[in-house]
Amino acid sequence: MASKKDFVKFDKVDKSYDGKVLVVKDLQLDIAEGEFITMLGPSGSGKTTCLMMLAGFETPTNGEIYLDGKAISSIPPHKRGIGMVFQNYALFPHMTVYENLAFPLRVRKIPKDEADKKIDKALSMVSLQGFAARMPGQLSGGQQQRVAVARSLVFDPQLVLMDEPLGALDKNLRESMQYEIKHIHESIGVTVVYVTHDQSEALTMSNRIAVFNDGKVQQLSSPDELYEKPVNSFVAEFIGENNTFGGEVSDISGGKCKVKLANAEILANPISVKGKGERTTVSLRPERALINPSTKMDNLHKGKIEEVIYHGDHTRVRINLLGNPEFILKVPNSSSNLDIKLGNEINIGWNSDDARALDPK
Amino acid sequence: MSSETNQILTTDGIPLEVSLKKAERKNKIKAFLLVAPLLFFLIITYVFPIGDMLFRSVDDKMVTQMLPKTFKAMENWDGQELPEEEVFAAFHEDFIKLVEDKREGKLSTQLNYTKNGFKSIIKKLRRKSKSFEEGNYKEQIMSVHKRWADVEYWRAIKRRAPEFTSQKYLKGIDMYKNQEGKIVSVSEDRRIHRVLWLRTLEIAFFVTVFCFLMAYPIAHLLATLPMKYSNLLMICVLLPFWTSLLVRTASWMILLQQQGIVNDFFVGIGLVADDNRPEMMYNKTGSYVAMTQILLPFMVLPLYSVMKTISPSLMRAGKSLGGTPFVAFWKVYFPLTIPGIGAGCLLVFILAIGYYITPALVGGASGTLISNQIAFHMKSTLDWSFASAMGLMLLSGVLVIYWLYNKIVGIDNIKLG
Repeated sequence: MASKKDFVKFDKVDKSYDGKVLVVKDLQLDIAEGEFITMLGPSGSGKTTCLMMLAGFETPTNGEIYLDGKAISSIPPHKRGIGMVFQNYALFPHMTVYENLAFPLRVRKIPKDEADKKIDKALSMVSLQGFAARMPGQLSGGQQQRVAVARSLVFDPQLVLMDEPLGALDKNLRESMQYEIKHIHESIGVTVVYVTHDQSEALTMSNRIAVFNDGKVQQLSSPDELYEKPVNSFVAEFIGENNTFGGEVSDISGGKCKVKLANAEILANPISVKGKGERTTVSLRPERALINPSTKMDNLHKGKIEEVIYHGDHTRVRINLLGNPEFILKVPNSSSNLDIKLGNEINIGWNSDDARALDPK
Repeated sequence: MSSETNQILTTDGIPLEVSLKKAERKNKIKAFLLVAPLLFFLIITYVFPIGDMLFRSVDDKMVTQMLPKTFKAMENWDGQELPEEEVFAAFHEDFIKLVEDKREGKLSTQLNYTKNGFKSIIKKLRRKSKSFEEGNYKEQIMSVHKRWADVEYWRAIKRRAPEFTSQKYLKGIDMYKNQEGKIVSVSEDRRIHRVLWLRTLEIAFFVTVFCFLMAYPIAHLLATLPMKYSNLLMICVLLPFWTSLLVRTASWMILLQQQGIVNDFFVGIGLVADDNRPEMMYNKTGSYVAMTQILLPFMVLPLYSVMKTISPSLMRAGKSLGGTPFVAFWKVYFPLTIPGIGAGCLLVFILAIGYYITPALVGGASGTLISNQIAFHMKSTLDWSFASAMGLMLLSGVLVIYWLYNKIVGIDNIKLG
């Protein structure tokens, strides 16, 4: 199956509810066929609005959305043929699991024996065989969620939207459901647009992630790239943990830049700074900085340990470094020979490649 | 296995059940003492008087006790021809005693319920009986008035012999026990109650239907509008609720009368001619309009409370799965509102079936209900036993509807708020 690069296309989409504030600004987004794409962002960032526009429950104020090459703004939701999983499952409480799954097939006038086969297949896909006669109220949260997933897939839609489907589940169940949804996606190759505010969920499940903030896509890339190479300080802050230094670029040459802090100077990787004198925020992942590095690193500074927090597999160390009292280090518990004690002065080193000079906050 | 091993003991060796009962007894007593004042209040002010009124509807001891000797003498009378002298003598004896106690008026009222025409002949008998001679009472009583010589009137007296009677109930459905003791309908031109029962059911049914048709969209709006608009709408729904029933009915009178605002408006827009204004009051239309408006909140509120709990994402799910807006409504939304519909309809129907003030004021002759008839007998004819008989019939009707509802929809499916 030749997959289309722009199976779903948001073309210059704006959305405003009150005519004063734009909740989605100039959205430009292509989703390839068979892709699992996640819209990630804090609440109020416009990600759910985008999903609702795609489902047809909201209309774009400006611009157009294309599904498989067709403009869909004027098509009502029930004719779009898009499966959807809602935040609170939205199972019909007065129907059995079977009837819930049969609903989309009945409105499509699919003959009963064929419908039964599809329902069986969908239920076995979410390993809920034998639950067909139950009412949704008799199922646990995780089971209800699986029924909702099965219902959104039972009529073989090409596109499935999921609106924070795991938000109401507890942590362990959420994790196992993440894998389950991922596996279902891989086995049937349906295109999934997934909305969440949980970054670990987004990182584990998606092919690509669109980070939303303030109505705009801040970065659209694969999970590893998003984590390793954030393009601006919002993404760096929002995804994973992050140490920052605010300063001014004093020199830029040879793919490196010098950033002048209040009382020191560090080397960084210029991502969004162009020239001398620009304000910048340097972002550094905690695991990229080492204590007493054995190899040569082009940043090496002394800091004082302010706090030590034991986390089982690792220890978090808070250090006052170069005027930043919130500098966090993660020390794996295998390196027990280190002298980590409150009040000790230690050497911290990191490579300038990992310190990304981004836009100022 | 012996029973000893079955029994679970507490750590102190007391059987668990005994220990549990002991622990709970104190709480049970406390709970009972808390509700006891209300319980006694209800028994004294509700159960007892209503029970008494209901007993009145079958109680017929009054006449039995007023004419004890007469009824004893009548035991052997077959009711074909005029009774023997022995019955007349016993009746005379009972009657003289009643006159002494000044209770003959009550007797005349009671006998008049059974057969019209007793009032005047008993008055006459009282006057004449003062100059009666001893012996041959049959001749003397028969000479007082020709009705005393009519066997029909003596049969009427005999019908009052039993201590309990169903005649009030039969009368409530325009039937009576004839001379042969058979239950038959009264003549066509005197059937007033059946019409009233049917009209009561009809009006209650249509008022329920109208209320449902109007309340459903209102309740849906209330449940789905943003807070600031829905609050305003809710006040509009509740405002009439907080206004006196009499005031609301009176304002309908102002609106609906022939020279009223609605008619003026119709004439103003040229819908009807000025000299041909429709009568919208003192008939069924008046009852329909006013009762529907007054009972509307009782339909809106249960519907609203149910609709409020239905997540809007269910309708969205229905649509996203391919259902047209109508299918999503009919298959998903509507079934979920059934508990509210049931509660609202039951509430409105039961209230409408016993409605009194509004039909009395705007219903006129063709818009009055059975409860107006009950009130009429309570206040005007003072035939309380008949009034309570009809009251009980109304109550049983409501219970039957309740039972039917429970059979069809299930009473646990009801939701009032």
